[in-house]
Amino acid sequence: MIIVMIESLRAAMANILANRLRSFLTTLGILIGTAAVVAVVALMQGFAQSISAQFADLGGGSLKVEALNTRENRLSGDYRYLKDSDLDLLRYRVEGVGHVAPIMAAPLGTASHRAETATPFVLGITAEYQMIERRFTRLGRFLVPADNDTRRRVVVIGDKVREDLKLPDNPVGSYIQLGREWFKVVGVMESRGEVFGFNQDNYALIPFETARALTGNKAKVDFEINFTISQLDEVEAVKARVTRALRINHNLKFDEEDDFEIQSPDQIAKTFEKITSMGTLVLGGIVGISLLVGGIGIMTVMLVSVTERTREIGILKALGATRRDILVQFLIEAGLLSLIGGLIGIAIGYGLGHGVAALIPNFPPASVPLWASLGAAAFCAVVGVVFGIMPASKAANLDPIEALRYE
Amino acid sequence: MSRALIELSGIVKRYRMGDTEFEALRGVDLQIQRNEYVALVGPSGSGKSTLMNLLGCLDTPTTGRYTLNNRDIGTLRDDELAAIRNQEIGFVFQSFHLLPRMTVLGNVAQPLVYRGIPLKERERQAAESLRRVGLGDKLQHRPNQLSGGQRQRVAVARALVGNPSLLLADEPTGNLDSRTSEEIMALFDALHQDGQTVVLVTHEPDIAAHCQRTVRVNDGRIVFDSAAPATVSEVAA
Ligand SMILES: Nc1ncnc2c1ncn2[C@@H]1O[C@H](COP(=O)(O)OP(=O)(O)O)[C@@H](O)[C@H]1O
Ligand SMILES: [Mg+2]
Repeated sequence: MIIVMIESLRAAMANILANRLRSFLTTLGILIGTAAVVAVVALMQGFAQSISAQFADLGGGSLKVEALNTRENRLSGDYRYLKDSDLDLLRYRVEGVGHVAPIMAAPLGTASHRAETATPFVLGITAEYQMIERRFTRLGRFLVPADNDTRRRVVVIGDKVREDLKLPDNPVGSYIQLGREWFKVVGVMESRGEVFGFNQDNYALIPFETARALTGNKAKVDFEINFTISQLDEVEAVKARVTRALRINHNLKFDEEDDFEIQSPDQIAKTFEKITSMGTLVLGGIVGISLLVGGIGIMTVMLVSVTERTREIGILKALGATRRDILVQFLIEAGLLSLIGGLIGIAIGYGLGHGVAALIPNFPPASVPLWASLGAAAFCAVVGVVFGIMPASKAANLDPIEALRYE
Repeated sequence: MSRALIELSGIVKRYRMGDTEFEALRGVDLQIQRNEYVALVGPSGSGKSTLMNLLGCLDTPTTGRYTLNNRDIGTLRDDELAAIRNQEIGFVFQSFHLLPRMTVLGNVAQPLVYRGIPLKERERQAAESLRRVGLGDKLQHRPNQLSGGQRQRVAVARALVGNPSLLLADEPTGNLDSRTSEEIMALFDALHQDGQTVVLVTHEPDIAAHCQRTVRVNDGRIVFDSAAPATVSEVAA
């Protein structure tokens, strides 16, 4: 049996090489399928790596509390906010909480300096922001508690804002306008470059109380609270304590749902996992369909090939080949065809993945684990064998005399 | 071992064609001893090839009993028949039936693949068989680089490579000119001299003249056998 298999492999190889163009077209479906899959897997892997790197970078170690608004209360206009007292509660009354930093969006309008304008995200923050987000100034100073307490009109800007407003290389001391209000630039943040083509330096930070004073409604300000945990292994315990304290502070009855939400890094990771597993599902669909199509292609051409080689099969049977010998020969040929298609597809997919990754700025080089490639190749061979069963058994069941007489 | 190499008794072969049946062999009894040299003759369509295919285990009779080398062929499964074809029988066809993509050496070695013999040994035996038919210098040629006579020699070498107990040839010279035919027949003569049992089909009297025994088939029956009592031959005449 081993000898028959080795010989079949040799014969299959010779056959494939003798009909290069046909073999290529036969296996094209498999080739395109695997190329697409490998390219997508490569990009997904790169994407995943890049995302988790971003999370680690964007203060992945901190937790965030924000008001929870369901669809109904959004529609009814009964918008929920965190309370000012929540901030002090977290700062002074809950054990295990480290730094606490409120953040609010401050939609003051366009930034301008002389004739130049820019449209940064303006955030109202406090000095703790620096500790939580781990972002630091490149020039000048960060906001200090006194800025907040006395509602100073000072701003720390990202590099993009400095460029857009054509401020001098060291703009500390310059005055810019946010909307109609004048602010003194006290610092410039370290540049963070681009992620997926989005500039990460297009923002301006002003004191939280200044932002609150300038954006109207004092009682209800939509802000969120970021906080760190003193002991990392206490995340769950601290979350529970914060939840209890906030529920009491919001006067929630025991049967009422939380009107706030605490997001931790693992939640973000979970959301991301959900996205990834969705992607995997879609990918599975692509694999299935493309390999089905590829398999049918192989089956069709193999059926034609069996008909063409009827006489050859008759000769082999006359020389003593059993049904099983013929079956094995054609299964090996189908498997080999589709394996070759798969291998070429993997190579092309790999190149494609790297090429696309190279075109996207700040995208890490795509990486497909070796086991995945080998698995894909093996899977292709299996698909070939499975779809080769019908043509191969057709060949195996030929009557030797009729096969010999076939013209 | 006392029995004949081939024993046929009451062999009937019917072909189905739609809802009609055609009886190609209508009760054939025949015995062939080891190292006989037999010519099967008869008009076209008389059933010679049908008989040869049965002898070569490419086909099985509808009814009747075929014993080859003391084995009852009628009881064998498909893969056992394949093994018999591989080990007991060498078949030579009118139109050579070589594998066009393989070398001469590969063609001759092919039957040994199904015996599980490794490549080196296969090639050694195939080369030896090719030397026996005078083609020791053409091992790496392709069939289409050879003349008709040479191709038929390759086919004979392939039939001989496994030392079969029975060499069958269905009109082996049918596609060859008379000079080349004589060369092929000289080869069969020599093989017979060496002890090989040979059964061949032919139209031509001068080919049949090479053989020691002539069996005439007509309309699915044996009508003359030179080895049988004279009464049969008188009926045939
Ligand atoms: N597979 C088949 N199906 C139907 N009829 C067949 C088949 N093979 C042979 N025959 C018929 O059987 C008869 C004998 O054929 P064959 O043995 O080939 O004759 P010969 O070799 O003596 O010329 C012919 O009439 C032929 O048409
Ligand atoms: Mg015939």
